[in-house]
Amino acid sequence: MTTEAKNGSGSGNGGTRVRGVARAALRGLGLALVVLPGAVTCFVLSVVSIALIPVGVGIVTTPWVLTGVRAYADWRRVLAAEWCGVPIPSAYRPLPKDANPWTRTFGMLRDPATWRDLWWLPVDMTAGFVTALLSAALLFYPLEGFAVAAGLWRVLPDGYWYGFVHVTDQASAFGAATLGLALLFFTPFLTPRLLEGHFRLARAVLTSGQGELAERVRVLTETRRDAVDTSAAELRRIERDLHDGAQARLVAMGMDLGTIEVLVEKDPEQAKRLLAQARQSSAEALTELRELVRGIHPPVLAERGLGDAVRALALRLPVATEVSVELPGRVDAPVESAAYFAVSEVLTNAVKHSGADRIWVDLHHTDEGGAVLRISVTDNGRGGAAIGAGSGLAGVERRLGTFDGVLAVSSPAGGPTMVTMEIPCALS
Amino acid sequence: MRVVLAEDLFLLRDGLVRLLQAYDFEIAAAVETGPELARALAELEPDVAVVDVRLPPTHTDEGLQCALDARRDRPGLPVLVLSQHVEQLYARELLADGTGGVGYLLKDRVFDAEQFVDAVRRVAAGGTAMDPQVIQQLLSRRAADDNRPLGRLTPRELEVLELMAQGRSNAAIAEKLVVTERAIAKHTSNIFAKLGLEVSDDDNRRVLAVLAYLDQDR
Repeated sequence: MTTEAKNGSGSGNGGTRVRGVARAALRGLGLALVVLPGAVTCFVLSVVSIALIPVGVGIVTTPWVLTGVRAYADWRRVLAAEWCGVPIPSAYRPLPKDANPWTRTFGMLRDPATWRDLWWLPVDMTAGFVTALLSAALLFYPLEGFAVAAGLWRVLPDGYWYGFVHVTDQASAFGAATLGLALLFFTPFLTPRLLEGHFRLARAVLTSGQGELAERVRVLTETRRDAVDTSAAELRRIERDLHDGAQARLVAMGMDLGTIEVLVEKDPEQAKRLLAQARQSSAEALTELRELVRGIHPPVLAERGLGDAVRALALRLPVATEVSVELPGRVDAPVESAAYFAVSEVLTNAVKHSGADRIWVDLHHTDEGGAVLRISVTDNGRGGAAIGAGSGLAGVERRLGTFDGVLAVSSPAGGPTMVTMEIPCALS
Repeated sequence: MRVVLAEDLFLLRDGLVRLLQAYDFEIAAAVETGPELARALAELEPDVAVVDVRLPPTHTDEGLQCALDARRDRPGLPVLVLSQHVEQLYARELLADGTGGVGYLLKDRVFDAEQFVDAVRRVAAGGTAMDPQVIQQLLSRRAADDNRPLGRLTPRELEVLELMAQGRSNAAIAEKLVVTERAIAKHTSNIFAKLGLEVSDDDNRRVLAVLAYLDQDR
């Protein structure tokens, strides 16, 4: 999961390597400029705010300040991942949404992650600052040496020291340039390493060592809650459908049959009419049950597996849909069902909102980077789909989460829309 | 007429046996699993097989697969497939060999004994019996088509087309719509002209042509 090549220390041709080093140095410079004031401000505010808790003011300010600190730390987490591929898991305990300042303050203070943040701030303003600055200096200081040799020494005050070289005339200026060149020799190697070192330091302080584990536990707790909620809601829906539908119809049928028993000799005409009605009721009950079953577990999925179930689904759509399947075996039943309903939801979305006249579904299983079921649904519609609150896609994402599955949407305005889903799973 | 029946649920199997016997069919065998069905189809040479899609031991589409296999060995072997749900996908597989003698109906259709028996007879005679739900799905898909050749049909013609696709003869359609057979014949030739299909006097071939037209990919 490392993106070593990104910061230029990996192999590559000369041009990209130089660019990589220059980028790392600039990033280091930028970091150094922000880190010192940022960390100092955060630290001072935190200390003052926490110190003011006994007075009362601190209770109001602390959540704000600590949220700021978290934002500052999170920003560094993002940079660490983007620039150097150093993942720093963010593992703050969730706070109740509508908590009062008191619970917020003490909730935050009880979180070990808060104390790790506060411990990290002094480290960041010292060691963090130095590593960032050094990574920049290793590129800019040699450049200064060249500038000195090129004539800058004339305007410098007498007795200027470049490193250990005392610059007084052109000869010593060349000495400075030589030293610069020697330093520059290390730059391509050291600058990216130093920048990475900066982030590794942050990671060492910010993670408890159990951070990743804690993050995993958090995700599992969340997805488990979602799964339990969804299945409870599903059961409730099924219960209601049965209660108001098939069950009620069977009651009506039984009643009709009872009446028929009485009428069959007295009024055969009426009995016949009721018989027809009873048959109608039974047909309707069957239709309802069939729809219900399709919503719980489509029979074609049980009979044929995911590939054919999606093909059958495509045949029911009003939009021409091409399905390509590459599954050398059966997917585990729970994953199969989740994948089916995910595809179904995404297709429904596409048909309803995209205005597309063609849809492509691709289903395949790969073993590259772990066994994964990959599904993509592409349409040639107007685009603009997003995983927003309340959209069907958010629901799909949540349900896939139970299986550690992920969903990504690419849908520029004007289309095309492509929804990709990945679920880790082995084939049987 | 000798029937092989495959249905794993005792109540339904029993009911079907009694229903078919009441209409003077001879039950050559009433089996409950896929392997038994395969053997019965191979050894008993029935005039028609009535088969549930889902059978033991796998409880997947064992019955359908048996029927398809048997038709590969004996092309045109009349098979009426019953199921709790209908899928265009299965209908397509059954119709793929283009020989007819195929039926695919929801189990609910046995409620109307007359019509069900009529479907069995039609299939046994080499005709076709497609569930109205399959046809409706096909029609609604084609109706969403861009160049909409179906849009050029009158509502009455659509009605005739739907019944024709289910596999009914002109006489049966005429009876159902309460018009003369001549009127239906006229509708039929109009439909074929509008859809650009070749007219055939043979009922079975006509149905297969219509189904193939409705099921083709856009």
